Amino acid sequence: MTARIRKRTGQFFRMRRFKTQVKSVTHTSSTILGEAVARATPVPIASRIRGLSDRSMAWLFITPAIALLLAVNIFPLIWAIYLSFTNFRANRPNAALENVGLSNYSRVLNDPNIWQAMQTTAHFVFWTILLQTLIGFSLAYLIDRKFRGHAFWTTIILVPMMLSPAVVGNFWRFLYQPQIGLFNHIVSFLTGIPPSSFEMLGSVRLSPWAIIIVDTWMWTPYVMLICLAGLRSIPDYIYEAAEVDRASLWRQFWSITLPMALPFIMLAVLFRGIENFKMFDMVTLLTGGGPGSTTEVASITLKREAFESWRTGRASAFAIILFVAVFGLANIYVKALNKVKQR
Amino acid sequence: MSSINTAHSVVEPSRTSKRIAATIVIAYAVITMIPLAWIVLTSFKSPPDSISYPPKIVFQPTLEGYCNLFTTRTRQTSDYIASLGAPTSTCDEITRSRNMVIAGPSNYWPRFQNSLVIAFGSTFLAVSLGTLAAYGFSRFKVPLAEDLLFFILSTRMMPPIAVAIPIYLMYRQLGLSDTALGMILLYTAVNVSLAVWLLKGFIDEIPREYEEAAMIDGYTRMQAFFKVVLPQATTGIAATAIFCLIFAWNEYAFAVLLTSGAAQTAPPFIPTIIGEGGQDWPAVAAGTTIFVVPILVFTILLRKQLLRGITFGAVRK
Repeated sequence: MTARIRKRTGQFFRMRRFKTQVKSVTHTSSTILGEAVARATPVPIASRIRGLSDRSMAWLFITPAIALLLAVNIFPLIWAIYLSFTNFRANRPNAALENVGLSNYSRVLNDPNIWQAMQTTAHFVFWTILLQTLIGFSLAYLIDRKFRGHAFWTTIILVPMMLSPAVVGNFWRFLYQPQIGLFNHIVSFLTGIPPSSFEMLGSVRLSPWAIIIVDTWMWTPYVMLICLAGLRSIPDYIYEAAEVDRASLWRQFWSITLPMALPFIMLAVLFRGIENFKMFDMVTLLTGGGPGSTTEVASITLKREAFESWRTGRASAFAIILFVAVFGLANIYVKALNKVKQR
Repeated sequence: MSSINTAHSVVEPSRTSKRIAATIVIAYAVITMIPLAWIVLTSFKSPPDSISYPPKIVFQPTLEGYCNLFTTRTRQTSDYIASLGAPTSTCDEITRSRNMVIAGPSNYWPRFQNSLVIAFGSTFLAVSLGTLAAYGFSRFKVPLAEDLLFFILSTRMMPPIAVAIPIYLMYRQLGLSDTALGMILLYTAVNVSLAVWLLKGFIDEIPREYEEAAMIDGYTRMQAFFKVVLPQATTGIAATAIFCLIFAWNEYAFAVLLTSGAAQTAPPFIPTIIGEGGQDWPAVAAGTTIFVVPILVFTILLRKQLLRGITFGAVRK
């Protein structure tokens, strides 16, 4: 029986065109498959299920996931859109609901605090992405020199990004303490400034940098990992050809390495950009938006509007504006990314 | 650098450049580990040691942080403490040396259990739903497949707070506020997008010919899925499950807004651990250490699939 199946699967394989990536597995897998097929002989119930067409099976498989997303993501979104046109307040659910038209939107767009928050977010996103891309790409470039033990050190470097930004961010509050914190003491050790002469979290000037430092510490490995994949995707023969043409290392870097790794760098920037635009947990625990509102990023403003001032309608309008902004920017960016890829 | 006398392959970096690269990368790795090492060190410090000026690197290790993490304590007179019998445990002894007695267990363990239940529950659901949907998208001609997949991904772009407003209202209506079930459903919905995208990539890599061969031998599509595709996709499913688990484990924004007691997970709880006169940093560090160690293990297990996971399957090696 097994032998027969093997022969048949073998024929089947020969008949088919193969994707290159599959080639390596087929050899061993056909044996595994043969055994798996032989072990499980079809049962009578099968004939009843056989009636299930591919089409209905496709829907049977896809519907549960889509239904869940509709219930937990899309329905609430539509509800939020509805609320954004009303004066609803979640702490007074029984108050009369009034349709206020677009006034929530116009208020949000004319609110200087919200523009302030957007500016803070932009500052945060810009600097974190810049630093993470520079450091991440440099690290990836160095790791790609393939020195001994590079795999081990790569794994070590990756650790921070897997940890909870909330729980670890919370601990950075301790590291940033002016008197007792390790961060201030290390800075003082390196520069000679007394450790209690500056407050990372308490000063208006330094607190935006405090959150940028933590985010960079956490997420540089992320950018590094994607850049590393980009560098490894460049085939050796291109460098060999460049070497034959006597291209300098500098020239090779600008004409081969960077352009070929660019789609990967852009992808990393996209993912980091979306994530940091939504930033909430780490900043909430580290500064809570303070001092004053110097680190109040958009998500924190949104949370204050929605869950502290309880202006649910207005908060919903702001949420929709944020979502449209992320979605729109991401779409434009993906188009640009695809253009770079096709080049 | 002269390219004339290169004994090695032209693309093989020179020995000097390797050495420089190794030095910088190792230095970075060491620096990046300092905050984490500090968490672990602090968890073994006594509260006075933890806030000493300057910070102590050498100190007498103690389990006080861990004791404080798991217990609540009340201050007592030394006469009362002297009147008690011999201490029953190490924690008892440490607590009494601070003129306190253990009043009962803290909320850490229940919060940790909530984290376990919610993370594993949502991961199981997300991976199950995700595997089915991924197979559907991978093997069948689904109308508007591209749009549906993009829709699935786009649900991930919303800021969590924006999603939380209507979810908060909806859960209040349905009685799901502050319940483990509510959190499981929410995290499942967030993770399903990741699961579908990742698993579609993994299933795409399994040749269709396997199922087709099995179907020629009298299998139905359904049997072929369970007996041929699923076993082949085990690695992918395991990797996806770990990613979902890590997300649910680390999540803070939804947890802090939608849970307050019964279903609160560890991330919103840990920052609220306070001792006498402010934050009890050794206890916070102990809580953080215990919370973070499982993730360290998973990171090491996952290191080969990490890239795929963090890019939604967009980049494969």
